[in-house]
Amino acid sequence: MTALLRVERLRVHFKLPGAGWLEPARLLRAVDGISLALEAGRTLGIVGESGCGKSTLARAILGLVPITGGRVKLAGEELAGLSHEELRQRRRRMQIVFQDPLASLDPRMTAGEIIAEPLQAFEPGLGRRQRRQRVEETMERVGLQGNQINRYPHEFSGGQCQRIGITRALIVGPDLLICDEPVSALDVSIQAQIVNLLTELQEETGVGMLFIAHDLAVIKQISHAVMVMYLGKMVEQAGRDRLFHQPRHPYTKALMESVPVPDPVIERRKSVVPLSGDLPSPLDPPSGCRFRTRCPRAEPLCAETEPPIRELAPGHLVACHFPLGDLSR
Amino acid sequence: MALLEVRNLKVRFRTGDGDVYAVNDLSLTLEQGKTLGIVGESGSGKSQLVLAIMNLLAANGSLEGSIRFREQELVGLPSAAMNRIRGSRIAMIFQDPMTCLNSYLTIERQMTEVLQHHRGMDRGGARREAIRMLEAVHIPDAARRIERYPHEFSGGMRQRVMIAMALLCRPDLLIADEPTTALDVTVQAQIVRLLNELQQEFGMSILMITHDLGVIAGISDQVMVLYGGRICELAPVDTLFHRPRHPYTRGLLNSVPRLDRDSSERLQAIPGNPPNLLQLPPGCAFADRCSERLEQCATDQPGLVEAEPGHRVACHLEPGP
Repeated sequence: MTALLRVERLRVHFKLPGAGWLEPARLLRAVDGISLALEAGRTLGIVGESGCGKSTLARAILGLVPITGGRVKLAGEELAGLSHEELRQRRRRMQIVFQDPLASLDPRMTAGEIIAEPLQAFEPGLGRRQRRQRVEETMERVGLQGNQINRYPHEFSGGQCQRIGITRALIVGPDLLICDEPVSALDVSIQAQIVNLLTELQEETGVGMLFIAHDLAVIKQISHAVMVMYLGKMVEQAGRDRLFHQPRHPYTKALMESVPVPDPVIERRKSVVPLSGDLPSPLDPPSGCRFRTRCPRAEPLCAETEPPIRELAPGHLVACHFPLGDLSR
Repeated sequence: MALLEVRNLKVRFRTGDGDVYAVNDLSLTLEQGKTLGIVGESGSGKSQLVLAIMNLLAANGSLEGSIRFREQELVGLPSAAMNRIRGSRIAMIFQDPMTCLNSYLTIERQMTEVLQHHRGMDRGGARREAIRMLEAVHIPDAARRIERYPHEFSGGMRQRVMIAMALLCRPDLLIADEPTTALDVTVQAQIVRLLNELQQEFGMSILMITHDLGVIAGISDQVMVLYGGRICELAPVDTLFHRPRHPYTRGLLNSVPRLDRDSSERLQAIPGNPPNLLQLPPGCAFADRCSERLEQCATDQPGLVEAEPGHRVACHLEPGP
């Protein structure tokens, strides 16, 4: 069976000016050899800290930033090398929801105009009345009211703006929905509404989702499978329950232990801070394993060679020389 | 004797669209060496509450009520006297460290300035004290790093520098407004740990504002839940998380996804949206989102009653006093 989305060894490198006058240009390896596959009706969560390349990955899949190397295939069709117009047509099948709900909506357009825009682009033959009907129907499906069609974005709350963004993405019936931190700017009580809404819409439409977030608890709630990234590399990928119950990469484990739990008894029991130090600069990543400067298990080998990606169990990929729970060690 | 006592505080802003009631009749007490966590969503009034304590409200804001700090009334205090308290007895840290660091000055210049101004130290003594404080917040190689500019530090390190600066005059009260929100989760864990450790060392009280219930659980002695500019629940931290009484607190705790729980069930979201402070209803601000509302909730404001010792709740479901 052909996967809905297949990404193979994707690389996105940016050339940045040198640190000073006459200094050589620097290379930012934002995404460095990422592979993934997503089936229809499933959600792949992508989690990582700032600078891990998760947002660049999303933009590269949509063709919004140029790809340095590797492949992106939508339903078996290679997207790299398509002309601008061909790529534009494919975007009907892949839509994106952004982090900042208000900033991603044009303040001078009404909710109805914003939501109708993709319809005008991809279904120009639709009459005015039909278009309005589609807009109203889709708005009601995501929990907005059809009579809010003539309001402007500033008249909506943050959660409602995010619903408008979701309506705009879904109105053309995409096969793939990329959500880039769709709930992190929202209030806690509203986050749950949007997470539930996305889950319901997926069950209804069978849309495949790439869900990018820095919040592990949200990722755990919504994903079927999870990929953990660190400085442009994949460190671990597995089915949701497997990853959260048996993390094999030290970074995944540290990330999980860093998340504060809303229970004072559990929080008081935590004795040590899981990870010391800050993230290294993505412009100057450590040699070998990029995580080794913060890794409690690092050995000389980690500085010398980059760990290969190994399948430690079916579907459980880990890039570590000394994975956790490795009995041979 | 309480370090900070706020009584019947009201904060109001005049805007082109009408008056905004950001904080309504709020009272709180904070003891020396304790941490009060303040949780609330956008528009709950949590940031305006601390800005009012610091006497830093925007020009269109006005306040009523009483704010007593070490038995001194801060409301109506002349600005020269307030300036002596602010930055020395009460210090504040923010979400973005660059809001209080100057990009054009070295860390040394910014830190010694505070000590020379508030504590009358000479430059050499101020430099030594500043280095000592950078070491207290675990900045490696502090004696050399102090000569650097803010942009030469990473995000987490800048947060540490800001905390060091706030603590220079050994304040009695540290107000922390979402200090970990912009940080990565592994760095957030370090900063929460650091604040706990510094409190042990220096004995200051902390007012911690955050929307993150996990952070609140890890740092607070007492927790106050705000909604629509009013307290809906105030309790010791264990009570609040294990025996919450207000429907909003319970809703909030049920709606957050958790790593320590099974994720196969749907989240129990709170329906509706946070209240509009321009049009607060006459009754309970949470009434239209509350699944347990009674008839009187729409019309009568519930008073804050003591449900058990130290546990206050503002809800009509509570038996009266």
